[in-house]
Amino acid sequence: MIAVKTQGLSKEFRTGFTMKKVSALHNLNLEVEEGEIFGYIGPNGAGKTTTLKILTGLIYPTSGNAWILGRDIRDVAIKKDIGFLPEGPYFYDYLTAKEFLYFYGQLFGMRKREIEEKMDELLNLVGLRHVKDIQLRRFSKGMLQRIGIAQALINDPKLLLLDEPMSGLDPIGRAKIKEIILQLKEDGKTILFSSHILSDVEMLCDRVGILTNGKLTDVGSLDSLLIPEVKSIEIVTSHMEENTIEEIKTITEKITLRDEKMLIMVDSEENKERVLRIINRNNGRLISLTPGRKTLEEYLVEKLNRGVAL
Amino acid sequence: MKIRAIMVNTFREAIRDKVLYSLLFFALLMIGGSILLGRLTIGENIKIIKDMGLASISIFGLLIAIFVGIGLVYKEIDKKTIYTVIAKPVHRYQFLLGKYLGLILTLLVEVSIMSAGLLLLVLFYEGYIELSILKAILLIFFELMTITAVAILFSSFSTPILSGLFTLAVYIVGHLSRDLLAFGVESESAMIKYSTAFIYYSLPNLDNFNIKGKIVHQVLVSWEYLSFAMLYGVLYISIILLLSMVIFQRRDFK
Ligand SMILES: Nc1ncnc2c1ncn2[C@@H]1O[C@H](COP(=O)(O)OP(=O)(O)OP(=O)(O)O)[C@@H](O)[C@H]1O
Ligand SMILES: [Mg+2]
Repeated sequence: MIAVKTQGLSKEFRTGFTMKKVSALHNLNLEVEEGEIFGYIGPNGAGKTTTLKILTGLIYPTSGNAWILGRDIRDVAIKKDIGFLPEGPYFYDYLTAKEFLYFYGQLFGMRKREIEEKMDELLNLVGLRHVKDIQLRRFSKGMLQRIGIAQALINDPKLLLLDEPMSGLDPIGRAKIKEIILQLKEDGKTILFSSHILSDVEMLCDRVGILTNGKLTDVGSLDSLLIPEVKSIEIVTSHMEENTIEEIKTITEKITLRDEKMLIMVDSEENKERVLRIINRNNGRLISLTPGRKTLEEYLVEKLNRGVAL
Repeated sequence: MKIRAIMVNTFREAIRDKVLYSLLFFALLMIGGSILLGRLTIGENIKIIKDMGLASISIFGLLIAIFVGIGLVYKEIDKKTIYTVIAKPVHRYQFLLGKYLGLILTLLVEVSIMSAGLLLLVLFYEGYIELSILKAILLIFFELMTITAVAILFSSFSTPILSGLFTLAVYIVGHLSRDLLAFGVESESAMIKYSTAFIYYSLPNLDNFNIKGKIVHQVLVSWEYLSFAMLYGVLYISIILLLSMVIFQRRDFK
């Protein structure tokens, strides 16, 4: 089944005194498969939050339709299967962590015992058990983000919609959230999350969708998006004789010498083979060979620059 | 169940807010202050105490109803706390109803405390408590529930300041609306006739809830009248809340 499907989803906001129209989302056709981790990326103001707010019923689309787990989003009952972490996050700061989770458990109609068990489990999971009786107004930003994740998991949802789940977290917190996201996938859940931390997206996601100015410009697995863009292969060797440099220079100019090591960048498979033959012939030692797949970040930045140039 | 959870949460927010305690403190101070005033007017002692006591309950209740009421929904949207609630399997009308009932519960507690203060004073000075004073308090409470509904209606589509002004206007005109109608009937102009009639029927007739004067001066207020006033209140509140829900259902939270 398809976990999230949108068809021609558009949203216009009217702002200011003149009620000027701002198009936040334009004809979005998005499909997120069940069981995958889907990274939703794009620059500030691209429309990521707008999409998630439509899916959770916080705002209504100007046109288009959307389905979650096969059911129309206008059906409030689908929210039983959703966990949502808003961007921010902003929570009832007069509640303690325990009261906070209890409240959301009640909104799912869960029983007292059921909530309490789940609550303990989640407080442990996000590492907040020691502060469970402290009011949220005294939480740090990262602690709020963690309790937000716990809140999103209280109902054991099938689909998680997370708006920038890693923002505001320290490295340990980020690693923890990544671990949780991967574990959730193992448990068969679908995760759709937006993020600006592209290395995290690269590490976690099965597929990504790139949103620019309210339009979905790219969707696909990271390999399918990034490998056609392979431009360089990095070869590191050592114990090479000086005179071989000249030979390699006929193939590529990109040579860096550092201590005993030589770093060679080539731009094609063919040239890679030629360099490797030279290394072999001269009894050089191959230290590493890295196909320089572009990082998601480089890909995105280039893409956006091209967009600006147009 | 979900409505109750939201109600309790709203109540919790209110009772963890210090402003409410200071209001309550001043209300009790004013009720107690009526003793001093009573001393100055020979013979009328107990009347002054009842009069001022009931007025205090009414005014401080009104302050809470308006101040908490106008921020009730607005704050949730402004502080974005509503996001996580609406993303749960909760209908918007359930949210609104929960917020309303939460404030009503808060008012119930506040009015009970103020009433207890007043009743203690009356007991001390008169030696007994008449049922009639409870009737007056009951109708004050219905008036507060009506005002709260009006505050929620305004706050479901406008800013707190505007909602506050609108609600205050409704309160004032609501107490004059019978006079307005009378004025309209006398008037020659059809314009004035219809507009005063419109105001009379659309704004709550808050005088229906005002039996303070009668009670203080020991005029009997029948149970029939009481039932009529309460029924009027329930009907009016239902219509206002329904309207709020329709507006609230359609809006974007942004
Ligand atoms: N309430 C609103 N009123 C008017 N315009 C809005 C509103 N909310 C969002 N927008 C506009 O819609 C567009 C998309 O905003 P959105 O918040 O969805 O972006 P985003 O991709 O989440 O950005 P970020 O990465 O900064 O969180 C922006 O141009 C923004 O200015
Ligand atoms: Mg955003």
